[in-house]
Amino acid sequence: MNDSRFATRSELIGILVLAVFLVVILPLCLDVFRLNLVAKYLTYAFVALGLVICWGYGGILSLGQGVFFGLGGYCMAMFLKLEASSVENTKIQSTPGIPDFMDWNQITALPFFWKPFHSLTFTILAVILVPGIFALIIGAAMFKRRVGGTYFAIITQAVAAILTILIVGQQGYTGGINGMTDLRTLKGWDIRPDHAKVVLYFFEVGLLFACICIAQLVRHSKLGRILVAMRDQEDRVRFSGYSVANFKIFAFCIAAIFAAIGGAMFALNVGFMSPSFVGIVPSIEMVIYTAVGGRLSILGAVYGTLLVNFAKTSLSESFPELWLFGLGGLFIAVVLAFPNGLAGIWGDYVQPRIGKLMGTRKPKAGWTDNSVADGAPAE
Amino acid sequence: MSDEANKGLLSPLRRKLLMGMAAVPAVTMLPRASFAQAPATSAVNTTGLAVTDTEVTVGILHSATGTMAISETGSIEAEKLAIEQINAAGGVLGRKIKFIQEDGASDWPTFAEKAKKLLVNDKVAAIMGCWTSASRKAVLPVMEQYNGMLYYPTFYEGLEQSKNVIYTGQEATQQILAGLNWIAKEKGAKSFFFIGSDYIWPRTSNKIARKHVENVLKGKVVGEEYYALGSTQFNSVINKIKLTKPDVIFTDVVGGSNVAFYKQLKAAGIDLSKQPLLTISVTEDEIDGIGGENIAGAYACMKYFQSLDNPNNKAFVPAFKKAWGEKTVIGDVTQAAYLGPWLWKLTVEKAGSFDVDKIAAASPGVEFKGAPEGYVRIHENHHLWSKTRVGRAKLDGQFELIYETADLVEPDPFPKGYQ
Amino acid sequence: MFGDYSIGDLGSIFVMQGFAGLILFSVYVLMALGLAIIFGQMGVINMAHGEFMILGAYVTWMTSNFFQSYLPSLFSGYFFLAMILAFLASGALGMLVEWVLIRHLYKRPLDTLLATWGLSLMLQQAYRSIFGAREVGVELPQWMLGSLHVTDSIEVPINGVFVMGLTVLITIGVAYIMFRSRWGRQVRAVVQNRIMAGAVGINTAKVDRYTFALGCGIAGVAGSAFTMIGSTGPTSGQLYIVDTFLVVVFGGAASLLGTIASAFSISQTQSTLEFFMSGSMAKVLTLLAVVGILMLRPQGLFALKVRK
Repeated sequence: MNDSRFATRSELIGILVLAVFLVVILPLCLDVFRLNLVAKYLTYAFVALGLVICWGYGGILSLGQGVFFGLGGYCMAMFLKLEASSVENTKIQSTPGIPDFMDWNQITALPFFWKPFHSLTFTILAVILVPGIFALIIGAAMFKRRVGGTYFAIITQAVAAILTILIVGQQGYTGGINGMTDLRTLKGWDIRPDHAKVVLYFFEVGLLFACICIAQLVRHSKLGRILVAMRDQEDRVRFSGYSVANFKIFAFCIAAIFAAIGGAMFALNVGFMSPSFVGIVPSIEMVIYTAVGGRLSILGAVYGTLLVNFAKTSLSESFPELWLFGLGGLFIAVVLAFPNGLAGIWGDYVQPRIGKLMGTRKPKAGWTDNSVADGAPAE
Repeated sequence: MSDEANKGLLSPLRRKLLMGMAAVPAVTMLPRASFAQAPATSAVNTTGLAVTDTEVTVGILHSATGTMAISETGSIEAEKLAIEQINAAGGVLGRKIKFIQEDGASDWPTFAEKAKKLLVNDKVAAIMGCWTSASRKAVLPVMEQYNGMLYYPTFYEGLEQSKNVIYTGQEATQQILAGLNWIAKEKGAKSFFFIGSDYIWPRTSNKIARKHVENVLKGKVVGEEYYALGSTQFNSVINKIKLTKPDVIFTDVVGGSNVAFYKQLKAAGIDLSKQPLLTISVTEDEIDGIGGENIAGAYACMKYFQSLDNPNNKAFVPAFKKAWGEKTVIGDVTQAAYLGPWLWKLTVEKAGSFDVDKIAAASPGVEFKGAPEGYVRIHENHHLWSKTRVGRAKLDGQFELIYETADLVEPDPFPKGYQ
Repeated sequence: MFGDYSIGDLGSIFVMQGFAGLILFSVYVLMALGLAIIFGQMGVINMAHGEFMILGAYVTWMTSNFFQSYLPSLFSGYFFLAMILAFLASGALGMLVEWVLIRHLYKRPLDTLLATWGLSLMLQQAYRSIFGAREVGVELPQWMLGSLHVTDSIEVPINGVFVMGLTVLITIGVAYIMFRSRWGRQVRAVVQNRIMAGAVGINTAKVDRYTFALGCGIAGVAGSAFTMIGSTGPTSGQLYIVDTFLVVVFGGAASLLGTIASAFSISQTQSTLEFFMSGSMAKVLTLLAVVGILMLRPQGLFALKVRK
């Protein structure tokens, strides 16, 4: 089996199955309301994908992915909010033409850092670059000094806490705890009606597959193998002459950018953005999506996200009390019994049987041994 | 708002109902089957809402889980009680109210998602729900897009008005100004110290209060401080209070922070019976957690206290306790939540229809004489005319009514001179 | 901003402000001690630490209710019994959790983080189902309320003094257990080299279980003490978790002295900043400073030189 290819045959089949599922089956089976929910769930799948690369392969557990999801989402929301705050839409305000929450906070002119967000091109660049550069700075500061493992996790958590307090506290510039609501149009195209939701869904699925492809490329390139090697024996990789820090920074940045794309799609699909996606709780929840799907499986991340969110919606509709027990139990079960999540179950139990039926051999997968990411504390 | 749009649809039936309303001016708590005959579904429901010949479905949308569950539990209980009582009294237009309860899980997008589900999938005729401003802001575009009707119970910062929302709590000017006037007159207060949680409602409320203190009362604000939601350390701000020696401490700290704030205030030797403190965020619900001994003597300014002495409230409090337990307390928002289903019922009967547009148009002028707080009426701007009251916290966790405005206070969500 | 005040005012404010910082310091130490044992000595990231504290708070609440109903004459002393019960309850739960959950995960510290997060969600829902979603108020005996009157402008809150005293006692107790007792030597031996410790006859599994239980028990006592200054609700525990971890990490995970030093510097920074700016900005700046220093000095203030 040639590892330098983009994907093995079974992976290609897996991607095709997912594509059929998302592009054909779901839109046919679900009404627009449910489809829009799936679109919302899928925005988290971007984060989960990023976590597969940075946590599953790189061994870097970030508990602050909500930060990047939020940054991407806020960049997008700022553009949409500016468009929704045209002078005629906001003529009841004391200063028309600025977002409503600024007016409520006695801000009379658009702050300078809002101005570039009139441009869609700038916004799209910002969605990718702002979180990317932020991740670069954090990553460089931490990994160059060999901060890793649990320390890194705790510090990213603190970053999430800081950003949340900042967003909530600077409500004149950010909308505070309410977030940015009532986003309406994208370049004059109304994002709220049903047909727009369908278009956005397909656009998002397209982006998701683009990200899956990038993740596949990373995984099958030399880079991906170095990441895995680093996770398992960091010192040996370092002694072999590789700059461990740079690879880690790269993985972290990729994860951050994926999360940011998810955040931007969230703002488009749901029509608002608020600090409740930036904090610690959502960040950890995003990690559990990856863990349920299988932290080493790119496609597993998507399925895991969908499954947990479906469970959340249906369970919290029918048994709100049980939901937290269920979610908590899921965390524990996945960690204790199925450290490789759905993908592990698939690889260990389902695939061999299918393989027997089809007469093909089970591909050797990296997760069959129990060497999931450890991440030892820095000295 | 297009009040005039539906005049042409006045059916003979509706006219009859209106006459019925006029003939029975006192719509008391449990009117005994005033409208025995149920009108045909096709006549009262032209937009495909979940109304059958015997039932009408409404939604209840609050957080049953997450951090806000603490506050919203009371609202859920009040709304369920109101629905039960309305059903016992014959329902709405001869139909029993059925409710679908959804959990917003203290998460704003979940609120929006569930509101959409209630409107699109369940086709509910109205939604009683939301608590925080953030959840309302998230739900509002959904209500407007799918033309739903929301009854929102919390006192809030104002600056909002929608055809699709009836605000059964007070907006900021309604709640604050009368209280400030009272304390300035009664205590001769000239200097004020503001302390609040760091989000939109306290900031907007304090902004309004500051304008009022400076421009109307000719007093001075000697400090304005905000703490992140959930903070539990207030010793520094208490020191600042001691340093500035304000005549009045004005607080809008919310949630669990309250408990820490009042306990530390007391521990620092600030005696609330000597140092006037006016709060707009502490109801009987919060005192449950704070402990009466820590807050006794503080003044609260809102529209309802459990201890109000009027016939409606004397019926309401025991009914509530019977339904939800002797130990439950009833705060301002809980009472406002109780108004929601009743106001909706009265409006439906006035409009003679469940159609949202007709309800929105018929809402102004609807009066509820059975309100535990006394009497309320819906204003043109979909807020309520209500009295503002000042109460003093007692050791047992109840408030003692000290002052109430002589007349109903007009709601003014976009106050001139306060922005 | 000082122009308007007299020297005497300023003097007493600095005294009071220093005192506020000391109370915050005690709170941080109490929160962090249990975690420092669990994280520092065992490498386990216990995200449910806050929920163990809240368990202690609920135990205190139940004890106070019990005394109010059945032993009103002894009410003034119930708090001491409540703290012991809180220690036992949280410790017992900790032992159970270690046995069911943690012992399978010692080799995967990041996974303990996820598993204990799951545990914290379940505990929160359990508290909500048992005690209700609303916060409960713990009634304190009369002597614990109010303040000592020193001068007209200096008042020393009694519960603050109580928390400080408790902190000192517990810190001394922990230091004694860890550095003077036979059991403490075993704990440290296991930390330094698990295999060798096992080889010389230490029952490492048992040491692990009791260490974890001790950490959780201290969390319970901390929760019990917090009922004097904060609120008790199903989700109150979450408020503390980030601060607590930062204190421990900032101090250098394996060092008790480091934990105390870091609690001191963080609390003093925060309470000084709070005096000059709004509370939420003070919090942001403090956290930023901590994160910034950690980036420059990832091993924390006091790091043990440990060979990996």
